[in-house]
Amino acid sequence: MTDATSFPPGTGSGGRPTDPARRPLVVSPHLARRYARERRFRLLGLASVATAGLILLILLGSIVSKGYSAFWQYNVDLTIEFSAEELNPDGGPVDMETLRRANYLALVRDSLKREFPDAAGDRSERRKLYGLVSPNADIVLRSMVLEDPGLIGTTQTVTIKLSDDMDTFAKGYIDRNLPEGDRRVTDLEIGWFDHLNSEGRIHAAFNVDFFTQGDSREPEEAGIYGALIGSILTLMVTLLVSFPIGVMAAVYLEEFAPKNRLTDLIEVNINNLAAVPSIVFGLLGLAVFLNFFGLPRSAPLVGGLVLALMTLPTIIIASRSALKAVPPSIREAALGLGASPLQVVTHHVLPLAMPGILTGTIIGMAQALGETAPLLMIGMVAFIVDIPQSFTDPATVLPVQVYIWADSPERAFVEKTSAAIMVLLGFLVLMNAIAVLLRKRFERRW
Amino acid sequence: MQTFIVVLALLGFAAVGYTMGRARSIMTAGGTPKGLHSLPSYYGAYTAMWIGLPSLLLLAAWLIVQPQIVDGLVMGGLPSAMTEGLSSSEYGLLLNDIRNVATGNISSRGDDPAITAAAARLSGLHDTGFILMIVAAFGIGAGGLAVARSRISPTLRARNTVEKVINVILIVSSLIAILTTVGIVLSLLFESFLFFTHVPFYEFVFGLNWSPQTALRADQVGSSGAFGAIPLFVGTLLITFIAMMVAAPIGLLSAIYMAEYADPRFRAFAKPMLEVLAGIPTVVYGFFAALTVAPAFRNAGESIGLDVSSESALAAGVVMGIMIIPFVSSLSDDVINAVPQSLRDGSYGLGATKSETIRSVVVPAALPGIVGALLLAISRAIGETMIVVMAAGLAANLTVNPLEAVTTVTVQIVTLLVGDQEFDSAKTLSAFALGLVLFFITLALNVIALSVVRKYREKYD
Amino acid sequence: MTEPSTPTRDVTVAAKPPGPEQLANRYTKVQSRDVNVYYGEKHALKHVDLDVYENEVTALIGPSGCGKSTFLRCLNRMNDVIDICRVTGRISLDDHDIYDPSLDVVQLRARVGMVFQKPNPFPKSIYDNIAYGPRIHGIAHGKAELDEIVQKSLERAGLWKEVSDRLDQPGTGLSGGQQQRLCIARAIAVNPEVILMDEPCSALDPIATARIEELIDELRENFTIVIVTHSMQQAARVSQRTAFFHLGDLVEVGETEAIFTNPEDSRTQGYITGRFG
Ligand SMILES: Nc1ncnc2c1ncn2[C@@H]1O[C@H](COP(=O)(O)OP(=O)(O)O)[C@@H](O)[C@H]1O
Ligand SMILES: [Mg+2]
Repeated sequence: MTDATSFPPGTGSGGRPTDPARRPLVVSPHLARRYARERRFRLLGLASVATAGLILLILLGSIVSKGYSAFWQYNVDLTIEFSAEELNPDGGPVDMETLRRANYLALVRDSLKREFPDAAGDRSERRKLYGLVSPNADIVLRSMVLEDPGLIGTTQTVTIKLSDDMDTFAKGYIDRNLPEGDRRVTDLEIGWFDHLNSEGRIHAAFNVDFFTQGDSREPEEAGIYGALIGSILTLMVTLLVSFPIGVMAAVYLEEFAPKNRLTDLIEVNINNLAAVPSIVFGLLGLAVFLNFFGLPRSAPLVGGLVLALMTLPTIIIASRSALKAVPPSIREAALGLGASPLQVVTHHVLPLAMPGILTGTIIGMAQALGETAPLLMIGMVAFIVDIPQSFTDPATVLPVQVYIWADSPERAFVEKTSAAIMVLLGFLVLMNAIAVLLRKRFERRW
Repeated sequence: MQTFIVVLALLGFAAVGYTMGRARSIMTAGGTPKGLHSLPSYYGAYTAMWIGLPSLLLLAAWLIVQPQIVDGLVMGGLPSAMTEGLSSSEYGLLLNDIRNVATGNISSRGDDPAITAAAARLSGLHDTGFILMIVAAFGIGAGGLAVARSRISPTLRARNTVEKVINVILIVSSLIAILTTVGIVLSLLFESFLFFTHVPFYEFVFGLNWSPQTALRADQVGSSGAFGAIPLFVGTLLITFIAMMVAAPIGLLSAIYMAEYADPRFRAFAKPMLEVLAGIPTVVYGFFAALTVAPAFRNAGESIGLDVSSESALAAGVVMGIMIIPFVSSLSDDVINAVPQSLRDGSYGLGATKSETIRSVVVPAALPGIVGALLLAISRAIGETMIVVMAAGLAANLTVNPLEAVTTVTVQIVTLLVGDQEFDSAKTLSAFALGLVLFFITLALNVIALSVVRKYREKYD
Repeated sequence: MTEPSTPTRDVTVAAKPPGPEQLANRYTKVQSRDVNVYYGEKHALKHVDLDVYENEVTALIGPSGCGKSTFLRCLNRMNDVIDICRVTGRISLDDHDIYDPSLDVVQLRARVGMVFQKPNPFPKSIYDNIAYGPRIHGIAHGKAELDEIVQKSLERAGLWKEVSDRLDQPGTGLSGGQQQRLCIARAIAVNPEVILMDEPCSALDPIATARIEELIDELRENFTIVIVTHSMQQAARVSQRTAFFHLGDLVEVGETEAIFTNPEDSRTQGYITGRFG
């Protein structure tokens, strides 16, 4: 632009150039600077998007890399003597009650002592030895015996879970080259482990219990099934409450409501409610559902109600825009045929808007599934071993289970937490995929 | 669960009523629907409403009232020595124990014969009440059926009645949203009011010291606790500030890139990616912050000789910022797309480059909308709970040093209310006072932001 | 129906027609040869050959959708902004091909300015609206020079008197006619050689329109102007040459007087007599 600048501004440069090439269209140095700035700015934008993507990768990567190993569990084959002295000390016919109460842990311990007689002398060594396997190993034996009392007096090879520390060691999370004081397993334990391993008696198996059991203080016993059922029960309540109310509210506001102060207020109110922090809904649930109405604490019923109030704005807003997208010509056509306004809505408008409404509902449910904070307020954070059977049983949900496990000190809970997150994300992906499919499949251009 | 089955049964009853009403209407019209005022299905719906509405309403009322009555009867039946002079929280504990025994759980007072008896009484009353409730609900449903049957005639305007009732139901549904807000405001105000009878308002708002650990015994030292919330407000603002320092530039620049530069193929890939980031539950971010980011910052700090707390505000703030990036970018994307093309054309027509156009024309034009988006994001950050609960500290340090641990309003609400709580203690109630502050601050931000954004949209519509 | 031999609609040709000596001295500022424009599959402009002479106003007329704006936007490559738009053929400015890949659009647009149909002042102060172009192109050195450019541009756009006391107020607060003159001043401030105007008065009332038309006639002295208009009166009032487009074809181009009094093509005649359009 050297040329342009040489013109006194405002005097006009339109005078005919004597030489047509007087102002050649070439790139000036000033322009190069401007283009450098352009490139930098563009790059900055791209870098921002890339940063977001990179963070997502790191986040997912760190969870998968920490959690994938939770899907299997290391076990050890032990030779168990189902000794009659231990199980049926009084002799005579086998009494089920005695069998139920027998000390099965002793059988495991005896087996370990036979395996490593050297350790049997020292108390603390003995405790370490017993600690090789899960403290809940007796449950396996008990159910074996209860199922087949004929086992009494025989010797069997039984597969028993390693304890969480040994499992963690087997998975390679503990470096054996560290000084002994810096790692959670001692040289002695490593020696035992290596011995069993060299005999081929330690092997990994798919961790079925993770999907079929409730919570436990022992990481190797802890599963997500209880939380999963809790989530399902809670979401059922949420859906049953928020879907009908949300759709009806949307239908009223979009199709029937007169334009007045009240409907304006409702509208503003819904928009604001959508942005209220979720924890405030938890406080509402605590004050109203628990303290005022006396509903049970920790129950999916209350959790579902709280989440329903929270999801309601999402469903109403999505349903309203789905209803809005139905062209007025369809309403006019139906009205012209003599249908009542309600018939127009139920016969024509709602069916056409339904894909959009369902999409919004699924997205709302996905949000509810991932919600944690309000449920902490109403006590769904308790340690619950039993699988909830009804809407009023104490229960927890997947994200809260993640929170509980993340708070646990045991190293082995880290992989459990990550695995639970993977399951949670799996469900969220599934729900969103359904929503996307629904939208794609039924997308309509008017 | 049992109640749920009763509800299903009542709905089934109403469905039966539907077919009965239908059939009845055709019968009264002489076997053909021709002479009827409305379609037969409306007579069916009319009958179903007469059955379902009163019986379900009764059920709801019963479920709310029965526990109060049963509790009163059970407590009244206890030896007066046990209930005399109990404070309301002790009364609640006693009742809780009885409930626990009744449901077969272990209780500290489980072996007291009076308690065992009361528990038996409780279960007995509970069962009787349940049976009475079923009888009453079905009785009233049957009554409704009878009324509907007697009223059905060819001249009954069934459609109009049904539609009127449905209209009322629709209105009630849309009022639930308002009811929720009212419920939030009232419950927060009520509990906060109780709190301010324990702790003066000015101490809460201006106090510099927060340590809500009230003692178990009244004579214990420091039993009063300190409820100065300034450290919480400062901690919340610090973390929010850090979050916005991350989210605002990355979110805005991403939005600009997506709206102005990216070709459709890139957008088709990057938009869902940001949506995934938005769809990740906050508890996952919390885990990520506590387990990956905080240790990483701590180690990084150590390597350059800085002492970074393992619960630093920085880690929580940065992860919260990451969580908010997609929020900022999608809101700003909308806002930027609303800037009319004619403004861009005007700038290009003068020979501006793309970035010059964006910086001097598009962004200034979109500024009100962007400010609105950022306000919404700030409100989101202030109210966010799980990340800070898992990654920020509990100790209420009054500091603005991002490398130290701070605590926030939401963290304190959770800590105060999770676990065993005593009713009506200042400690429990303070959580509601914090909730009230949280609610009104986020509400104010949202109202401002939404109105700014709305005005902005109207300008370019 | 009888074919009228002379236009029945009364159009006064007011613009000063070029004198004989001027005609002989004409310099072709912009030249287009065999220009075709496609929007995706749609062939919007077909084989257009048109010369624009310096220091004259050339009007583009024709029914709406015929490609006037499309052609105008080709002249400063505003079509680059539209993804699906494709341009073939040759357009040159002072004999340089403006679609030459080595040419820089930004610089081209500094020399070929544009005024749009709807006034589009930036949401900034009046001063900053005018100063925007000089600033990005680095034309002004120092505040004083920039002030001078702003004042001169506003004076030449006939807006200075009206706004000199409120330069720091937003340009969007002006009336429609003032806004459009602001946009013209903004274009002038970059000191272009050609100014393209796309129906600059279509959003304005008659009085504002008259002001702008006057302005265009004044600007002709220093600039080369191409104006799209749907009003034949306007074309007749302000232009020296007129080009008539129809369905993407350039049907006829010539001296405005000739086009309006004695069109060669029956389509032109039909249009200017108001039988379609
Ligand atoms: N951005 C665009 N995308 C696709 N088609 C376009 C676009 N702009 C214009 N067209 C089409 O090109 C033809 C010419 O349009 P235009 O040049 O705007 O006509 P006008 O003479 O009214 O200014 C029209 O048929 C129009 O539909
Ligand atoms: Mg046009």
